[in-house]
Amino acid sequence: FFQYCLSGHPTLPCNVLKFKSTTIMLDCGLDMTSTLNFLPLPLVQSPRLSKLPGWVLKDGSTFLDKELKECSGHVFVDSVPEFCLPETELLDLSTVDVILISNYHCMMALPYITEYTGFTGTVYATEPTVQIGRLLMEELVNSIERVPKAQSASMWKNKEVQRLLPAPLKDAVEVSMWRKCYTMPEVNAALSKIQMVGYSQKIELFGAVQVTPLSSGYALGSSNWIIQSHYEKVSYVSGSSLLTTHPQPMDQASLKNSDVLILTGLTQIPTANPDGMVGEFCSNLAMTVRNGGNVLVPCYPSGVIYDLLECLYQYIDSAGLSNVPFYFISPVANSSLEFSQIFAEWLCHNKQTKVYLPEPPFPHAELIQTNKLKHYPSIHGDFSNDFKQPCVVFTGHPSLRFGDVVHFMELWGKSSLNTVIFTEPDFSYLDALAPYQPLAMKCVYCPIDTRLNFIQVSKLLKEVQPLHVVCPEQYTQPPPTQSHRTDLMIDCQPPPMSYRRAEVLTLPYKRRYEKIEIMPELADSLVPLEIKPGISLATVSAVLHTKDNKHVLQLPPKPPQPPASKKRKRVSDDVPECKPLKPLLSGSIPVEQFVQTLEKHGFSDVKVEDTAKGHIVLLQEAETLIQIEEDSTHIICDNDEPLRVKLRDLVLKFLQKF
Amino acid sequence: LVFFSLGPGAGQDVGRSCILVSIAGKNVMLDCGMHMGYNDDRRFPDFSYITQNGRLTDFLDCVIISHFHLDHCGALPYFSEMVGYDGPIYMTHPTKAICPILLEDYRKITVDKKGETNFFTSQMIKDCMKKVVAVHLHQTVQVDEELEIKAYYAGHVLGAAMFQIKVGCESVVYTGDYNMTPDRHLGAAWIDKCRPDLLISESTYATTIRDSKRCRERDFLKKVHETVERGGKVLIPVFALGRAQELCILLETFWERMNLKAPIYFSTGLTEKANHYYKLFITWTNQKIRKTFVQRNMFEFKHIKAFDRAFADNPGPMVVFATPGMLHAGQSLQIFRKWAGNEKNMVIMPGYCVQGTVGHKILSGQRKLEMEGRQILEVKMQVEYMSFSAHADAKGIMQLIRQAEPQNVLLVHGEAKKMEFLKQKIEQEFHVNCYMPANGETTTIFTNPSIPVDISLGLLKRETAIGLLPDVKKPKLMHGTLIMKDNSFRLVSPEQALKELGLAEHQLRFTCRVHIQDPRKEHETVLRVYNHLKAVLRDYSVQHLPDGSITVESILIQATAHSEDQGTKVLLVSWTYQDEELGSYLTSLLKKGLPQSTS
Repeated sequence: FFQYCLSGHPTLPCNVLKFKSTTIMLDCGLDMTSTLNFLPLPLVQSPRLSKLPGWVLKDGSTFLDKELKECSGHVFVDSVPEFCLPETELLDLSTVDVILISNYHCMMALPYITEYTGFTGTVYATEPTVQIGRLLMEELVNSIERVPKAQSASMWKNKEVQRLLPAPLKDAVEVSMWRKCYTMPEVNAALSKIQMVGYSQKIELFGAVQVTPLSSGYALGSSNWIIQSHYEKVSYVSGSSLLTTHPQPMDQASLKNSDVLILTGLTQIPTANPDGMVGEFCSNLAMTVRNGGNVLVPCYPSGVIYDLLECLYQYIDSAGLSNVPFYFISPVANSSLEFSQIFAEWLCHNKQTKVYLPEPPFPHAELIQTNKLKHYPSIHGDFSNDFKQPCVVFTGHPSLRFGDVVHFMELWGKSSLNTVIFTEPDFSYLDALAPYQPLAMKCVYCPIDTRLNFIQVSKLLKEVQPLHVVCPEQYTQPPPTQSHRTDLMIDCQPPPMSYRRAEVLTLPYKRRYEKIEIMPELADSLVPLEIKPGISLATVSAVLHTKDNKHVLQLPPKPPQPPASKKRKRVSDDVPECKPLKPLLSGSIPVEQFVQTLEKHGFSDVKVEDTAKGHIVLLQEAETLIQIEEDSTHIICDNDEPLRVKLRDLVLKFLQKF
Repeated sequence: LVFFSLGPGAGQDVGRSCILVSIAGKNVMLDCGMHMGYNDDRRFPDFSYITQNGRLTDFLDCVIISHFHLDHCGALPYFSEMVGYDGPIYMTHPTKAICPILLEDYRKITVDKKGETNFFTSQMIKDCMKKVVAVHLHQTVQVDEELEIKAYYAGHVLGAAMFQIKVGCESVVYTGDYNMTPDRHLGAAWIDKCRPDLLISESTYATTIRDSKRCRERDFLKKVHETVERGGKVLIPVFALGRAQELCILLETFWERMNLKAPIYFSTGLTEKANHYYKLFITWTNQKIRKTFVQRNMFEFKHIKAFDRAFADNPGPMVVFATPGMLHAGQSLQIFRKWAGNEKNMVIMPGYCVQGTVGHKILSGQRKLEMEGRQILEVKMQVEYMSFSAHADAKGIMQLIRQAEPQNVLLVHGEAKKMEFLKQKIEQEFHVNCYMPANGETTTIFTNPSIPVDISLGLLKRETAIGLLPDVKKPKLMHGTLIMKDNSFRLVSPEQALKELGLAEHQLRFTCRVHIQDPRKEHETVLRVYNHLKAVLRDYSVQHLPDGSITVESILIQATAHSEDQGTKVLLVSWTYQDEELGSYLTSLLKKGLPQSTS
């Protein structure tokens, strides 16, 4: 039982578990923080960006000035943004049998794995995960492909060159592994390998392992996974939430009795309370709009945006914002809003009840109907006609490196009336803003991360009591910026086993049993014997069949009658072919009764002698002696087989067989 | 052991479904339907069949509802609120959403319009629905520690499901109503190879092998079109949810294509709501609709408008979808009475009608109907039957059996004669027992489950290591001890069993004296014996030890001189009971003497 750790990002995990004879990949997260090192991709020609000076080394050499640009003291790569892939060299990924996806954010590296590693297995995910994951991928591909950039920078990646660069480029890891975005055909090919599953559906893998997704409460269709055989249970907890937002609540009870619990995807902002952040979000938004400014909310097209829209739905009238247009701009905006309304079965109880009425579960349907919320595939087309200021714009990508958001940053950045509100916790907002500096617009940081915090984790662990906890190393020490906060780490007994990128862990298991089936015919033939009150024993001699990792015991076939052969048998024909197993014996022989039995069977000259440890029974005429002790019997006789067999059977009568 | 009973109704009749299954000590009620052909007590199942004395809640472990049609769920509030049942009721999300609406609708017709008493109230429907637990497709629901259920997609109507009921190794699959071919709005039923001990299948269309879907659709459109062309009115009695949506999609596209102007109406009330349910539960419809729903919602109709009662008297052609589907009450019956006298008009029955309903009467050729108040209604309009209801036909039923591979099949919800034909076919093709119990009849089916036990890994590894190269002709025997304690079964090695029970092993040893005529010295005799054994027992480990003894596996052979006769040597062959066969064989081998030549 091994765990191969292919990603060092605690919320975008990618681990491979070798469990019994199966190889299971847990999540397929794509680390997109690498894009922060790149210049934004503007949708319309940006004079500011194109005028940025090339970067010059200290010694004055300018050979990198085409690839690297400088902006407000930071250096950026002027190229199509690239992503940091999970480790692909640690093990042969073509041997992966299945991939289990926990939520749509954790599947973004899927095309790289399924299309480039020789992967031939199956991917399992819930229906909302697949549908929304597709939307996220579509948006990503679309926002990168619609801004064709001829230049591809690679010189800076040279190890010798990278050493000379300023931080953070100097310290960027695995830059040789960074890859450009995949294409739509690759996305479609990857998604076609997914088999959709429902919560609490038991999925058999090769007869040896059963995997089950459980609701994790974090996003539509988000799941934790149970990986178990009859005797071992690994729980994979990735991106779970105990807050009541739109998804179905987390299923905690099913995580009990785990041998190992792998814990990933905790909150990235352990010090921020999501409810407080939503409140701050609303008040900052209202203040800006009242002052005639515009609000930009960089966001993903699904997830927290549903909750934000719901809050605004309740808030706008009381805040006097009824006439302010809300725009949601994304190539998948419409699909995301529509899809959110059809996953009733994956929603929290309140929202399910609405569907029974039948009413749409999310109030953004009403915002759209009343024209308060409008959605557009991009800033081009209809949007440019309808666009009215001041307004609120929700658009991607939260990294501010590509997507329609780049346009609004360029458009609104110069005015201090406007505000950009960061709600997604995946990117450092200061890093995201770096290539737009100097900036006049207000920046508000309201990260909303509903995933488990450390207090909730310790409660959860007390509740489900796993034997061992495995987690990314980041969770075993306080955050680097708050080293005194020892409460911001996982505290459990025994201490968690931690992993880091490109590490292989050996998971602790103690396995003693396996499941086997006794066929009815065999079961009928067994003769149980009560040894102690409540405990019965039966000796089983059977034929073992193993197929598809399932074991079955069958009645041994009746020995075929040897065909009457006229040929003289050769001596060797009689040699016993396989070593027939005789049962073990237990018990002791009561001498007096044994002697009586002997006499009953025609031995008239029985003599008994006492010895230190027992008795010796002598059959004088037969020149036979039988040594009887507490735990042994020894029959010494001439080579008289009928006699020996007779004595043997008499002895066996007093013993129990095992 | 599966014990199956058809207590409260159903059986060989399409009237209603309500089945009781006992499996390994668990009692499960499948569906709780009402009979639409009766207006008295007979409409509800007689639940006293289940238990004479004692509460239903104590006797039943759970109730499962397959889909929202009233012949499958219509008696539920009566059962849970009036007879009294507080245990869990399972159904899918769409069924849970739609079922109370249909119940309330039916209650209104029965109580408010017909003034019947002794019927459940609105509040009872609400209280009943509170006991419902909604299940996902393929989710394994643990009802209690032993009983688990799992839903499979059944097609038929929105949210219809087949259920697998499993206790230990024993399982039953109940299909409810299902169809094996996708239609314009729903997908086909699907089940995995779950090999249940018993498959309980509906058999509404047991003998029909229906012509292709396309033909039926063309036929339907042609009839509607012709009637409208000659200025007639078309009445299509439907249930608000299900077939109605499929036919609407069909007519909508036809009207669009042919640019027809005659109005199409859908009887009010449930319509918009119904279409809304389809929109919100779009994941339960077929692949095509699901894929395109963002761009175009199939359930928003351009040509189909809401019906007003006054429209029925409008002159000129029109098409009206009206509820209910069997012409037994409500708007469809009202319109039928108005239009029945005109031979230009047509009524198309797109689904099955139970006995006793007006629909059933006109389909069986009756043209003079006695209505309420002894009034005679003469039916001159054309009556057409189109099998559009989404049930599996004989081919579909066979297909499902092939998918699930059951040990036994039991047919319900069909007519006796048709079922008999299908039963023979099933028995011939699949060589499984097929049952078709009558109403109120009990069927007992014996199963022979294998017993799962825990085998110690040590023992299993030992056995699999020996059997690395399995020989089909000479299967290896595995030997172990089964410890049965309380309800746990563990198979361990005999040594471990002894140890766990705190018992000591009793060793039984034999030593046989074999006399051999050999004048040579002892060590030479030993060498001859050794060479002889080595030659005969090629597959065994035969060793000559330095102390002068020989071992064959764990059997020890020592030679001594005979005390009286120098020409005779005595071989002492010693073995334990576990080596009985080999020991016995060796003594008999040595008794035959040594070969003359030792070459």
